[in-house]
Amino acid sequence: MSGGKVPKIPLEKQVRMAVNGDEAVAYAAKHSLVDVVAAYPITPQTIIVEKFSEFVADGEVHTEFVPVESEHSAMSAVVGAAAAGARAFTATASQGLALMWEILYIASSLRLPIVLAVANRALSAPINIHCDHSDAMGMRDASWVQLFVENTQEAYDTTIQAFKIAEDPEVLLPVAVNLDGFVLSHTLEDIYMLPEEEVHKFLGGYRKVTGKTYVDYLGKEVEVKLDPANPLSFGPLDLYDYYFEHKVPQIKALEKAKEVVKRVNEEWYELTGRRYGDGVIDAWGVEDADIIVTVLGSTAGTVRHVARQLRKEGVKVGVLRIRLYRPFPFEEVANAIKGAKVVGVMDRALSFGSFGPSYLDISAALYGLKERPLLVNYVYGLGGRDVPPSLVRRMFEELIKVKEEGEVKEPLKLLGVRE
Amino acid sequence: MSEGKAQNPYRLLIFEPGRKYESPLILNPRKLAEEKQSMLLPGHRLCAGCAAPVVVKLLSFAIRGPTIVVNATGCLEVATTIFPYTSWAVPWLHVAFENAASAASGVEAAIKALKKSGRLPYDHVDVVAIGGDGGTFDIGFQALSGMAERGHDIMYVLYDNEAYMNTGIQRSGGTPPFAWTTTSPVGKVIPGKTQQKKPIADIMVAHRIPYVATASPAFWADAVQKFRKGLEVNGPSFIHVISSCNRGWRFDTSLSIEVTRRAVDTCYFPLWEYVLGKGYFLTARSLQIARKPELKQPIEKFLEVQGRFRHLLKPENKELVKKLQEYVDAVWEDLLERAVNAPR
Repeated sequence: MSGGKVPKIPLEKQVRMAVNGDEAVAYAAKHSLVDVVAAYPITPQTIIVEKFSEFVADGEVHTEFVPVESEHSAMSAVVGAAAAGARAFTATASQGLALMWEILYIASSLRLPIVLAVANRALSAPINIHCDHSDAMGMRDASWVQLFVENTQEAYDTTIQAFKIAEDPEVLLPVAVNLDGFVLSHTLEDIYMLPEEEVHKFLGGYRKVTGKTYVDYLGKEVEVKLDPANPLSFGPLDLYDYYFEHKVPQIKALEKAKEVVKRVNEEWYELTGRRYGDGVIDAWGVEDADIIVTVLGSTAGTVRHVARQLRKEGVKVGVLRIRLYRPFPFEEVANAIKGAKVVGVMDRALSFGSFGPSYLDISAALYGLKERPLLVNYVYGLGGRDVPPSLVRRMFEELIKVKEEGEVKEPLKLLGVRE
Repeated sequence: MSEGKAQNPYRLLIFEPGRKYESPLILNPRKLAEEKQSMLLPGHRLCAGCAAPVVVKLLSFAIRGPTIVVNATGCLEVATTIFPYTSWAVPWLHVAFENAASAASGVEAAIKALKKSGRLPYDHVDVVAIGGDGGTFDIGFQALSGMAERGHDIMYVLYDNEAYMNTGIQRSGGTPPFAWTTTSPVGKVIPGKTQQKKPIADIMVAHRIPYVATASPAFWADAVQKFRKGLEVNGPSFIHVISSCNRGWRFDTSLSIEVTRRAVDTCYFPLWEYVLGKGYFLTARSLQIARKPELKQPIEKFLEVQGRFRHLLKPENKELVKKLQEYVDAVWEDLLERAVNAPR
């Protein structure tokens, strides 16, 4: 978050409220004039649907709330709703996201601008309700836009932005907003919300179907939706003669999403005075840093806290928070970290048999460079294991040692695990 | 333009904004042929002899106005929408195998929300979900049960060809006892499927939804009327249609409708409807049989035209036929006891 210019809606005209991350998301969905919410309870997401159910019960929204019998049906119902022209929202975590997995690919391949909030939680087994990013990483190849937020304010802001990004005619892909389970979902913070009508204006009111296509049998361009006046078939059988070509616009739309995320971040800044880096990465002190740590989600706050202390001690460290995970901002990340000697890549998930997911992406981002920093992957916080500043400090100290030695002896380290 | 018959070159069923639900139910065959058409256009690639497009045609005769169809993965879905073609004359959505009922729930919820916010250009839009037996008895059952419990205004049509025909005739919860399929083969020690057929329509009755019915393409007017009732009730309805498959049941393509007639004549697949608050009612031929039991044909009449039951007609398997007859009789007797209009 950065200050400077006077926003269109100054802070005193914004609504200050103490909410937890889940409630912030529920308010954002309410302010975004969502037509259909289909959801199933799962910890630590449940407060989102509980809060939203209250809005429905009190008649504060026009939304149809569909209390489905599973997350698979939640995703299926929002697919149906979005295909019918509605603004559709759902939320889940962990096993629920895993159960949705089959339909995640269909949502994106049908080019439906659904918004999904994920209160990140570890995957079973053993069953565990606390935060890590294993759930989100399971959908990284599903052609969704994936954003990770750092705090409750950003959860509110990003959920609203997500609708704008998803419905952009050049994107038309679903967007997942990831907030760390319990760390953000259940932690009360004072945040600023916009007056509802300002959010309506920001999104252009109710959803308008922005996808248009020429249909030969209708002889005209029509809105892509289930419309009795212009009958379209959604989700046909598509074999080796066309399937591959149909993936091309999807690939391009996801690439395009990066610019749209940046643009919406700036629009939000002009409106509210809040922005998150350039929208895709949020860099701190990287310009002259010898050692940079990259991180997703709420842990960025802890890492920055330790980095500030180290700066005071004269160590040149920087922090790069990756806000947009898919599409991965290869160029932005490479530019931000290429000058460092050593980069520690923090992953709150592991691709078993390989490295942490973001380590693989960052390796790919750096590979094309002639001179590259040394990389160490730190897998941390699985199953909600705490990440105190002392642990982060230990990681930095190790990275300083790597810098001094000029080589990486262990590229994959498990941070905070008992030996 | 007559309701339900298109004039445009591709014969699409186009409902311009503001179109009302005025389409009367027509049962006169000549008038029907003149004024109505199928929502499934010619050129689809369902097998010759497949009853599924007949089921869709009968459903089309019943539609009242703007209608959206949600289709589970299956024969009907894959054979009607091979890109770049589609046979559907109405808006149509396919998401996956097990979720026609939940995707339809989302469509229905969207229609409600659009109406509530003044953005629906119609008074009402009917939503019809269509699934085969695999997508309904088995993998899609949870979604179907959820749809029913939540009370969505959706008509769910099950076209039951009694096995996973799309993947090559594997047994399903809808396959009858002793039927041959590729995963219940007739072997040296096991004579086809050893389990019973799930009583899916009764299970839907147990959900206490407004309307449940069974139908057979052989009794087309009965089927059309039931589809219409299913659309007209406020809330979920479920229509279980027997849909013969010459590839899987092993019969000559000319017998598709005859087989579904024999299913009813033998009481293997009785025709009935259930109206919440009023109970079960026998309809068409099944009501006639209830009144005149001598019309009831032995189960062999159903078995003898189908290769999937060929092994049952061997002398050494007489006992199995007897068992199957007892099973059919028990289900029929049970229905007679429940049916409000059965003679006492």
